[in-house]
Amino acid sequence: MSIASTSVIQIIPRTRRGVELFLLLIAVGVSVAAYVNIGITAEEGVPASTGLYAAGIGLLALIAHLALRFRAPYADPVILPCAVLLNGLGVAMIHRIDLGLTAIGRTKGVPFAPQQITWTAVGVVGFLAVIIVIRDHRRLQAFTYTLGLAGLVLLVLPLVPGIGANVNGAPIWIRVAGMSFQPGEFAKVCLVIFFAGYLVVKRDVLTLAGRRFLGLDLPRARDLGPILIAWLVSLGVLVFESDLGSSLLFFGLFLFLLYVSTERAGWLIIGGVLFAGGAYFAYATFGHVHRRVTDWLDPWAIDGGQVKLGLMGQAWGGILGRGLGQGHPEATLYANSDMIISSMAEELGLTGLIAIILIYTLIIERGLRTALGCRDIFGKLIATGLAMSFALQVFVIVGGVTGLIPLTGLATPFMALGGTSLVANWAIIALLLRISDQARRPQTPAAPVSDETIAMAVQKQ
Amino acid sequence: MNSAIRRLAVAAIILMLALMANSTYLQAFRANEINGRNDNNRVRDSQFSVNRGPILIGSTPVAQSKPSNDRFKYQRTYPSGPVYAPVTGFYSYRFGRGGIELTMNSELNGSDPSMAFRRIIDVISNRPQQGGSVTLTLNAAAQQAAYKGLGSKTGAVVAIEPKTGKILAMATTPSYDPNRLASHDSAKVDAAWKSLTEDKDRPLSNRAAQELYPPGSTFKLVTAAAALSSGKYTPETKVNSPAELVLPQTTVPLVNEDGKNCGGSNNATLTVALRYSCNTAYGSVGLALGPDALREQAAKFGFGARPLAELPSVATSQFPGDPNEPQTAQSAIGQFDVRATPLQMAMVAAGIANKGEVMKPYLVQNVKTPDLKTVSETKPESLHQAVTPQVASQLTAMMVDVVNNGTGKPGQISGVQVAGKTGTAQTAKDRPPFAWFTAFAPADDPKIAVAVLIEKADIARDDIAGGKLAAPIAKSVMEAVLGQ
Repeated sequence: MSIASTSVIQIIPRTRRGVELFLLLIAVGVSVAAYVNIGITAEEGVPASTGLYAAGIGLLALIAHLALRFRAPYADPVILPCAVLLNGLGVAMIHRIDLGLTAIGRTKGVPFAPQQITWTAVGVVGFLAVIIVIRDHRRLQAFTYTLGLAGLVLLVLPLVPGIGANVNGAPIWIRVAGMSFQPGEFAKVCLVIFFAGYLVVKRDVLTLAGRRFLGLDLPRARDLGPILIAWLVSLGVLVFESDLGSSLLFFGLFLFLLYVSTERAGWLIIGGVLFAGGAYFAYATFGHVHRRVTDWLDPWAIDGGQVKLGLMGQAWGGILGRGLGQGHPEATLYANSDMIISSMAEELGLTGLIAIILIYTLIIERGLRTALGCRDIFGKLIATGLAMSFALQVFVIVGGVTGLIPLTGLATPFMALGGTSLVANWAIIALLLRISDQARRPQTPAAPVSDETIAMAVQKQ
Repeated sequence: MNSAIRRLAVAAIILMLALMANSTYLQAFRANEINGRNDNNRVRDSQFSVNRGPILIGSTPVAQSKPSNDRFKYQRTYPSGPVYAPVTGFYSYRFGRGGIELTMNSELNGSDPSMAFRRIIDVISNRPQQGGSVTLTLNAAAQQAAYKGLGSKTGAVVAIEPKTGKILAMATTPSYDPNRLASHDSAKVDAAWKSLTEDKDRPLSNRAAQELYPPGSTFKLVTAAAALSSGKYTPETKVNSPAELVLPQTTVPLVNEDGKNCGGSNNATLTVALRYSCNTAYGSVGLALGPDALREQAAKFGFGARPLAELPSVATSQFPGDPNEPQTAQSAIGQFDVRATPLQMAMVAAGIANKGEVMKPYLVQNVKTPDLKTVSETKPESLHQAVTPQVASQLTAMMVDVVNNGTGKPGQISGVQVAGKTGTAQTAKDRPPFAWFTAFAPADDPKIAVAVLIEKADIARDDIAGGKLAAPIAKSVMEAVLGQ
């Protein structure tokens, strides 16, 4: 390990696919155990659908694993099992909430779990597509502006009359052929690639120091254009789509990538000031933003408010949780989507919640590790952007649900009910794995090294 | 570039740590506060799903949870609902709790800190939370006799074991059936609640402890105690007892119940005055002692302090703050602004019975875990030495005389010497007076002290006198205990 952390180039080229398979078994095992547990506590014993559920999630994990084995053998072995575990637990919890909703007679749309399993399958198909079609992430650089445009179009799509749909107070959905999508989830991926491609080209200019202020090198005023545009776009998202979470996410991503590509902390300061100003402006001007803040400051004031109900669920969960199937997560509004973390905290307790946050942390840090190891700047920036999009998204939604920050409508990656988010997240980790394969692959195309010869080589040292 | 990425990695970890720290604060440290909120349906629902412990008399449950297969896992049932309702209280989803169900809630549902260890074991071994049991001091025979004796009358009975302060009976009528409020059928519960709260006879009120009444002549015991304790009187001291006592500062005289003088004498002894319950005699004693002496004596019996923390909203009995002379005379015979609960008057009798020592009354004998380990056991506790043992025995003799020769004759029990005092408190002219009887037995070794109040009965006004109406009930309650 010390070799890896001091010099990122000298990674011993081992595929680690066996490790991944082992971790996947654990991930699938835990998910199936959760499903069975729910059956025992909330239904009449081990559910008959256990076999189907286990086979489904096991098969999807195996397919993803085989795709990596053949198409990206050097990919990071930890990321996929983490994603499978979160996805599996999410489906189990959605199933559990289906039972709870049925019990209290709120059966509209129930059951949701089969939908989520279907979308997981679509997500894995997307994962395969990314792994198979994109053989080298550097080719994406050619599509920098195309993807940038696509990202913008996806962002404004919900505002187009006829297909835009207002769900739960935020017009961030579109309806096509009777199905709802949140295009923002894909816009995120497109924009990360766009930011990366753009910054690879412009970083030299943006690195040029301007005025020095309080020991920080601020950029030149005329280079402020891009950050101002990003700021305005994210503000536009906030104003026209009432989507605080996405707004923060896009602007944050741009800022982080700007910082990584230029290594100028001054950008973070400027961005931070812009963000604070924009946030205050929104707070002072828009009722829905103002309400989110007052809800956050005093969640107890609103009768039946989702944050309040969620906090009660979390408190009820306590340190060890009520146990799967033994709480009342269905008592919280949007228990299976926005508030799924609260449902998890109620039934799995603080212990389970911290475990889940740690799994997210693993994905984030493995993603950033991939960025460190990546040999090209474009790949570094994409990996950083994707990993940090996870970090921001998890922080914003989990922080909102647990009362740390005002609640904003971002999807909890891999767990929350919702097809678009699931498919987008599977695409994101596929991209991350593609880049990590590139990063960990031996530099000169050599004959595949077996684990045995590596062991011998290590012994010789 | 990599150093910037490393810094972002650290920043991401800080963000995640912030989430964990916040959730730790919420779920580990603030959980109790949030769980205790009134609007927390989860906690209420789950408490309804807990196997709540029984409320017992001896080993017989008067409130217990039975498995149920509707919305909740358990249904609270009250086997002889209305008889014990003023003590057990009720356990309702919509309308909260009352009585022991309210005050001993955490013990009954097992969440009390005293049961924390067991709860941890339950959590680890994945057993469902189970509540502890609460055993009451009530005596089933006495309680049944009290409730039966009250019958269709409006009133209350309290019986106390004088040596310990154990409450042996606490009945009130009209009562209500707590099963109606504990039902899981919310429409039925709503209807029951509406009819109970709108009933002008207020069946939800525990008249034995939550309502104040003028104690009338039973308060003469307190006046007599003050007189004997002052050292200026003995039971044979003759006092002014005319048919009409002219009071200072007013033209309205104090009269005796029958409009005559006291047992044929204008100077009756304290004993004779108590025997015939002469208002003029005790009025003049009260005037001579002054309000402060009366108030102090009353306080020693428990007036002015809230007894019985085990029940909610128990009323505090009062002696008026600063009465003028006619008001003092009225107060000395339990009129004017003197107010007492039946519980308080039972404490007066119990104090006299227990050689002048008033024991703190209590209802909960012990609390046990589901596996029958005792969590707490109530020990008798002295409240005050209200009078000296000599004064107590003088008062006992006077009360024996009341039962043997005076107004308390209906309280006699064959073979057992009863000591007692009747009372008939006037309030308004158009409203029937309150009939009281307070007594204890056997007089030489008291096992039970009892106070009976009848607020309203469907009989002619003439018949309302403590002796006729209340004493037979007291008698049957005492017999129930002594007969065992």
